[in-house]
Amino acid sequence: MSTSSISDLRAHTHTGTVGVHDTVAGALERVKAVKAGRDGLNIFVSLDEKHLRTHADACGPLLSHAEPSSLLGVPVAIKDNIATLHHPTTCGSRILEGYRSPYEATVVRRLREAGAVPFGKTNMDEFAMGSSTEHSAYGPTRNPLAPDRVPGGSSGGSAAAVAAGIVPAALGSETGGSVRQPAAFCGIVGVKPTYGRVSRFGLVAFASSLDQVGVFGATVDDAARTMHVIAGRDPLDSTSADLPVPEYHRASERSIRGLVVGRPKEYFPESLDPRIRARCDASFEKLRENGAEIRDVSLPHTELAIPVYYIVAPAEASSNLARFDGVRYGLRVQGDGLRGMYEATRSGGFGAEVTRRIMIGTYVLSAGYYDAYYRKAQQVRTLITGDFAKVFASGVDVLFTPTTPTPAFPIGAISDPYEMYLSDIFTATANLAGVPAMSQPIGRVDGLPIGGQFIAPHFGEDTMFSFAYALERALGAEAWS
Amino acid sequence: MAVTIDDVRHVAALARLGLSDERAAALVQEMNTILAHMDALSAVDTAGVDAVAGVGAGGLPVRSDKGPPIPLARGLDAFAPSTRDGFLLVPRLSTHDTAEDA
Repeated sequence: MSTSSISDLRAHTHTGTVGVHDTVAGALERVKAVKAGRDGLNIFVSLDEKHLRTHADACGPLLSHAEPSSLLGVPVAIKDNIATLHHPTTCGSRILEGYRSPYEATVVRRLREAGAVPFGKTNMDEFAMGSSTEHSAYGPTRNPLAPDRVPGGSSGGSAAAVAAGIVPAALGSETGGSVRQPAAFCGIVGVKPTYGRVSRFGLVAFASSLDQVGVFGATVDDAARTMHVIAGRDPLDSTSADLPVPEYHRASERSIRGLVVGRPKEYFPESLDPRIRARCDASFEKLRENGAEIRDVSLPHTELAIPVYYIVAPAEASSNLARFDGVRYGLRVQGDGLRGMYEATRSGGFGAEVTRRIMIGTYVLSAGYYDAYYRKAQQVRTLITGDFAKVFASGVDVLFTPTTPTPAFPIGAISDPYEMYLSDIFTATANLAGVPAMSQPIGRVDGLPIGGQFIAPHFGEDTMFSFAYALERALGAEAWS
Repeated sequence: MAVTIDDVRHVAALARLGLSDERAAALVQEMNTILAHMDALSAVDTAGVDAVAGVGAGGLPVRSDKGPPIPLARGLDAFAPSTRDGFLLVPRLSTHDTAEDA
């Protein structure tokens, strides 16, 4: 990675050492250097160089402020399911090819108001349904660290943009691990906030009770500073929480001495790759050396998370994606009358994975199956949420686990849908319970990055960042070796 | 609860998805494989357990029912497939044979 940190960029931009124009020009050069285009890593769905340069020139007035804006002059890539006014918002789908939103997501507005430069829209699994960024209508994204492998998904383009050193931070979205898993695969930091911590206004809905906007950072500090900007109450999202937002980067100043880290046994099964287990053990040791207490705990319903998730999420998706029918926006394919148009548009516009999930979701909500599948899954979801509540109520401050059961896998290696779903086995629980979680690099296996995951109680991001800063400092170069 | 080809056709109709015979047959296999994994839930005792309603302590707050959330930066013509006089045009329904075709 070659990009400057947010902290440095902000300071240098404010003092005039570096101009926003220079930063943008540097990022564009990096796009070319790493071959981020369609025939290379395929990181961006849309990138408007001329617009970026014009936008950079218009950032002058922000420079005269006595206190520099939080993200002054910082280029931030945006996942393509987050609405922007200038670029199309396609969700990686043919059904929204060329679609330009008539409004802007709150998170994008907040980035701009903090002085950031929205830097293009990144590739993703179609409608965020996938764990590899192979399920995009615009082709797969490649992992910058190992181009024959996936970057993870569904926010693979955003993760790759940070890992390739193009931008220090990017926005992604999380429904079952779509920020943390690609962060782990690409050797960067990825944060999923508490459900309600960040506005979903302008995030194209996949599964509304699970979706959250998340952030990627090259470092913990880059992620913390970006999260602070986008978090907070938004009147346009009734589920956003009206709670104060701490300055997450201040968490770096706090010690973790005396705090308790839970080690949930269900995340360390006998089948876990011993090399990943060893990396986690080394991280536990670093946390212990920093004064934290390590405590063995149990979250007994963890193994049910994937069945629950793959009922709840497709059910909600089948409802949310009903709006894409050729009437109001996006693709229209003529058929026999109105119904024929609906069917031709949706079948022509959706890819195989989205179609499969709409079918599963519609099935589990249909008469005769609702109680056996959907209602049952929502009940088990209550049990999963209860597991977290009990552990945190017992005095555990955060949990630490592997982020994924494997490093990044080769492109095309997984064809069975359920095997792909198992990529989310350590991440989906946090979405189901609505608690915050983040992944950060803790070492490499066969030269590929491995992620360690912190999980905290609702709105416990500040404590979570304290641990992340401490572990990042303690591991040093070990995190990338 | 094995999914049949008739189930797939019924669900596809509910979901407004047109499927080829080949795709429908593949989906029978795919859905049965996936749903077999979901059957693990049937063994869980959930007697007296409430189904989740909302995430965290916030419950399910609703926005007040007034007005559009924000002014649109571009009009309907900019993103809708077919419009006339500010209305969305759709193909005629089969029950409205005499209506003007869109």
